[in-house]
Amino acid sequence: MVRFENVGLRYGMGAEILRDISFEIEPQSFQFLTGPSGAGKTTLLRLILLALKPTRGFITLFGQDASTLDKDQITHLRRRIGVVFQDFRLLDHLTTYENVALPLRVQGREEASYRAEVMELLGWVGLGERMHVLPPVLSGGEKQRAAIARALIVRPELLLADEPTGNVDPSLARRLLRLFAELNKSGTSVVIATHDLALMDQFDGARRLVLGDRRLHIYD
Amino acid sequence: MVHAAWCWAIDGCISMTETVSPLLRLLRGGRDSSEQPVSAMLKRNMPLVPADTIAGRALVTVIAIMTFLAALSAGAGILVDQASRGWTQSVAREMTIQVKPITGRDIEADVRKAAELARATPGVGEVRIFSKAESEHLLEPWLGTGLDLGSLPIPRLIEINFGAGAVDTTSLRKALSESVANATLDDHRLWLTRLSQMARATVGLVVLILVLVLVAMGLAVTFATRGAMAGNREIVDVLHFVGAQDSFIAREFQRHFLWLGLKGGLIGGGCAIAAFSLSGLLSRWFSTNASADQMQALFGTFALGVWGYLAIVIIALGIAILTAMISRTIVFRHLRSLA
Repeated sequence: MVRFENVGLRYGMGAEILRDISFEIEPQSFQFLTGPSGAGKTTLLRLILLALKPTRGFITLFGQDASTLDKDQITHLRRRIGVVFQDFRLLDHLTTYENVALPLRVQGREEASYRAEVMELLGWVGLGERMHVLPPVLSGGEKQRAAIARALIVRPELLLADEPTGNVDPSLARRLLRLFAELNKSGTSVVIATHDLALMDQFDGARRLVLGDRRLHIYD
Repeated sequence: MVHAAWCWAIDGCISMTETVSPLLRLLRGGRDSSEQPVSAMLKRNMPLVPADTIAGRALVTVIAIMTFLAALSAGAGILVDQASRGWTQSVAREMTIQVKPITGRDIEADVRKAAELARATPGVGEVRIFSKAESEHLLEPWLGTGLDLGSLPIPRLIEINFGAGAVDTTSLRKALSESVANATLDDHRLWLTRLSQMARATVGLVVLILVLVLVAMGLAVTFATRGAMAGNREIVDVLHFVGAQDSFIAREFQRHFLWLGLKGGLIGGGCAIAAFSLSGLLSRWFSTNASADQMQALFGTFALGVWGYLAIVIIALGIAILTAMISRTIVFRHLRSLA
C-alpha cells in the first residue's frame, strides 16, 4: 500500500531531518508512529500524503511511483486516504454537516446523493444533533469526532491520524482508539501518530514505527 | 459488539441493542435507502470561500465605484455621439447666405435677390429670410439686450434648407457672386468638420477613460484575489488534502469573485442608470433657461435611450465576468506555484 525506500528529507540547504527511512504499510494493518516531539512524525505523514517531496529515496503509494505522478494523479490517490489533523482543520464557516461532506463535495457529487450517508455517519459519531453547528461552537471532543467523520466519509483504504488524542481527555482518547481499531477491522490500514506511550500500551498487537535521531525504527 | 464500544464512548448516541455496527455497514458501502429527513435550517452547500469578509466588502465597493465611473464615461460618450450625429444631420442639411450692408446698396433688395437665386437653385427646399429684428436678436448673447442696434451695419442672413435632391452649391455661389457681390454662401463645411473632430476626440477620450478604469479594476481584482488566496490558505490546504483538484478550487474562487463582481457591478451600474435618469428628468424640468439650452445644444436632451442603458448593463455584467476571469487566472497561477 505504502512503501518508503531510503527516503531522506531536508529543507533547503539544511541538514536532513529524516534520513534513510524505509518501511512498508500493508493493507489492513495497524501501526503507531511515535517518537519525541519534533522527531518528524507530522513530516512523515505529510510525505505519505505526498504533500512533501523527498529530497532522496523512493516512495510508492498504492503501487505507483510517487516521483512520476502529476498533480491530478496525486489528487486521485489522496481520495483513497483519510486524514485526521492534529488541529482538526475544520472550515469554520461551514457547518459540521458541510465539513464532514467536504471530501464528497470536492469529488463533484450532488448533495442529495450523499446526504443520507453523511447524516448517518454524523449520527453514528454522536454529532447528529450538532450538524447545524459551526466548528467554533463545538467542543474539542466534538471537533475531533467531526474531523474523524470527515476522514471516514470516503471509506478510505488508508487512514492517517496525527495526534488524534492530543486534544482530548484520556477517557475519550481510549474511546477514539477503539474506533480506529474498528476501522482497521473493516479493512482500512491505520497509521496513528502519537507520543503517548501509555495509549499505545493498550494495543499490544499494533506495530510501532519509532522515529528517533532522524531515523525510523520498526518494532513488529 | 464493537459498535457498543463506541456507544459507550458517546453517551446515548445509538441504541445498545443494535448488533450490526452502522460504521461497518457504512464502510462496506451500505446505507439506508430511505431519504433522511432534512431540516430546512440545515445549510448544505455554502460557498467554500467565505463570502462576507471585510476584504470582500471592500472589493465590492471598489468594483461599484469603477463600474459607476466606467458607466458614466460610456454614457457621456454615447450622449456626445448622439448629439454630434444630431448636429451633423441638421447642419449638413442647411446652408446660410450672409448679405453684408454696403454703403450705396439697398440691402433689402440684395437680400430678396439672393433669396430668389437660392429658390431657383435645384435641390433647395425652404428658404427663410431673417428679418432685421431677428438678425439683431442673434447678437444679444454678445452685446446684451435693450440696445438700439439700428445704427450698426448688421449683416442679414438667409437660411436655406435642403430639399429632396442634392444642392448645386457651386452654381449658387457663382450666381451670387455675379448678381449680389456683397453676399457670401456658407455651407457650414468648416463647422461640420470641427464638430465632427471634436465629437470624435470626445468619444476617443471616453474610450480611453473606460480602458483606464477597466485596467485599474483589473489590478484591484488581481490584488484582492492574491489577498484572498493568502487569507484562505488554510482552506486551500484542506481542500487539497481532501482530494480537491485545482480546477475545483479555482471554480470556487471564481464563483466567489463573480458574485462580488456582480454585486459591485449592479450597485455601480444601478447608480449610473439612476444618475442618467435623474439628469434626464432635471434637464427636462429646467429646459427653459439659457444655460439649459446650451447644455441641450451640446449633449442633446440627456436622454440616454434604450441602447445607452443597455450599454451600462453590459458594462456592469462585463465587469463581473472580467472579475471572475481575472480571479480564476490568478488562482490557477497561485495553485501552480504551490505545486
